[in-house]
Amino acid sequence: MRNLFKARNPFDPSPGWMGFSYLILGIWTLICLFPLYWLLITAFKTPADVNNGPRYLPFVDFQPSLQAWQFLLADPTSGNMVSRPYINTIGVGLLSSLFALLLGAGAAYALTRFQYRPQPAAIATFALCIGLAILLIAIGIAWPLAVIIGLAVFILLLQTIGRRFKGTMSNNDIGFWLISQRMLPPITTIVPIYIVFQQLRMLDTWGALIISYVAAHLPLVVWFLRDYFQNIPIELEESAFIDGASRYQMIWRIVLPLAVPGLIATFLIILVFAWNEYTLALFLTNANAQTMPLLVASQNATRGPQWWNISVLVVLMIAPIIVAAIVLERFIARGLLVGALKG
Amino acid sequence: METAQITPQERVQTVKNVAERVAQWSEDSAKNVLLLPAILVVLLLSIFPLLVSLYLAFARVEFQRGAPVITWVGTANFAKLLIGSEQRHFLGRFGDINPIGWAIFLAFAAFMIFMYVRYLLSPRRSLFGAILRIVAIVFGGALALLMIATLTTETGLPGTLVVTLIFVFVGVTAQYLLGLGLALLVTQNIPGKRFFRVVFLLPMMITPVGVGFLARMLADTVKGPLAPIWQAIGLGAFSWGDSASGARTVVLLGDIWQWTPFMFIMLLAALEATSREQIEAALVDGATRLSMFRYIILPQILPVSTTLVLIRLIEAFKIIDMPNILLGGGPGTATESLTLHAYKYWASLDLGSSAALAYLMLAVVTYIAVVYVNSVRRRLVENL
Repeated sequence: MRNLFKARNPFDPSPGWMGFSYLILGIWTLICLFPLYWLLITAFKTPADVNNGPRYLPFVDFQPSLQAWQFLLADPTSGNMVSRPYINTIGVGLLSSLFALLLGAGAAYALTRFQYRPQPAAIATFALCIGLAILLIAIGIAWPLAVIIGLAVFILLLQTIGRRFKGTMSNNDIGFWLISQRMLPPITTIVPIYIVFQQLRMLDTWGALIISYVAAHLPLVVWFLRDYFQNIPIELEESAFIDGASRYQMIWRIVLPLAVPGLIATFLIILVFAWNEYTLALFLTNANAQTMPLLVASQNATRGPQWWNISVLVVLMIAPIIVAAIVLERFIARGLLVGALKG
Repeated sequence: METAQITPQERVQTVKNVAERVAQWSEDSAKNVLLLPAILVVLLLSIFPLLVSLYLAFARVEFQRGAPVITWVGTANFAKLLIGSEQRHFLGRFGDINPIGWAIFLAFAAFMIFMYVRYLLSPRRSLFGAILRIVAIVFGGALALLMIATLTTETGLPGTLVVTLIFVFVGVTAQYLLGLGLALLVTQNIPGKRFFRVVFLLPMMITPVGVGFLARMLADTVKGPLAPIWQAIGLGAFSWGDSASGARTVVLLGDIWQWTPFMFIMLLAALEATSREQIEAALVDGATRLSMFRYIILPQILPVSTTLVLIRLIEAFKIIDMPNILLGGGPGTATESLTLHAYKYWASLDLGSSAALAYLMLAVVTYIAVVYVNSVRRRLVENL
């Protein structure tokens, strides 16, 4: 019995400890997978199967049926409510992730290859002038005029007083400033964004969602990719420069091909974020641009817990993500890690 | 006339010059072209809204034929939340603090004063630091008193602020401990590592809305899969949604289920990056598992751990989807988070209160993050 807890090789866990480890890991595996299993079988149950108490095994406890699937996907009386949010989720997710990747990759590359020296004095003046503009609007001056006055004062101050202050900040400050935007609870910025989109008549459109998702996920992209670009040797670009390549040619021919794995991983991570996003969509969409998380959430209020239908919707919503997670586990873990460890 | 003629060589030269200047220009502009769009997007959609939101927090917003009419109301929105009609909703109902509550508070206050005196006696003290610490201590004391008055008393009832703090602190602590335990087990030389990594990652990928529904299905004591267990222990008629603490537990379990994977994945990577030589040397010396963890592994993963906890602290404050799905914030406001609370104001077109609440939330998040970074994190990382 004693030998059971002694390993032959001191670096391997002993058999007893090994058994204990597997027991705990097995329990947690069960905790992770059982809810998903239950979700999957509930999607194939009839209302009677759900309401008559728990049924665990398909073909043994109950006969699987496609009733809920048919009701949601093929039945005209349900108004085919799934396809539109599904297309919205895919479209908004892909487009917003693509744009965020495009802008973020540019910024991340620039932050690793150029030296920026933003001046705190200029930034402070800028903030002051925004304050001035807001104040002017508050005392009743039309907003275009207020913006112009603010801008004029800003340029004036920048050209005169602004040049006297020498202090500068570095690229790291810009990077930190970008990532610090993730700290803001979305609720603090959503109300003005809502008003602006309402004035532009863009509420409940893809445009509003895509723009706000790009803004929300851009800092993450910069953070992930900055590290990635840093690890691409700069010598390659230097030799390309000697051969007469322009900056854009360098990026297109040398840096981007080398960065493809990082780009894909980052794209997938923010795609998952956009796919699951709830708060912004809750404020900015209604029916037309409704996304899947909102459709699923609305089942709560309107129909009571019709678990068979809800399960089908949740399965539809999470299936692509689960597949992506299984295939790309290493990518995702690494991408997240880069962001976390540098923070 | 011959002098005006341009020789082919000269023409080539001119074209080359122009091309070089264009190239030079694009080289110079690349610096701005690449970075500015990102900066502008963040400015336009993060910083400007943040400033406008600050203005809205002091205003009443009404929609007249679709156009917003904004009236300055001073601190009325904040007054309503902190001392007025919405105080119960936001801060909760205060009960009479019992002796145990006072004892907890006095212990907390004594600890704070002790730390403050220690700071004043330390060589790195400064006037600015001393004033900031006074502010931090007063704010922290107020939060502590609020939690004691709403949670430990008989008639007290927590408001959305305290509920959110419970979700954040209990949730993040549980996620960290579970994630660390699992990562320690998986990092050993055991077969099936890859399988566990993939399976343990799954909950994080699922939409929080979906997790909310899953938690509701599993918590059903009559039709849920665990019904036989509930009946066996005599809780067949019990419903999680009926009691405040039960409902909070379900939300917390859902949140822990979803976010433990994040801690697990990150800590696993941190553990795999620890140096093997020290561990092997300790093994040869016959160190026990516990002392090896305490003296070799923990110091190496502590910096990463504090960052992970900070990330989750900040993210956890944003919780809205799960409480909303599970019980709509109920029963009463027992599971209503701050974001959900602000959303409810927005839904009733009270945009000013929504912005004011958002700013109070931002203040609390910033306070907790700053205190955490400056006291807990710095101390833990420096002392080891």
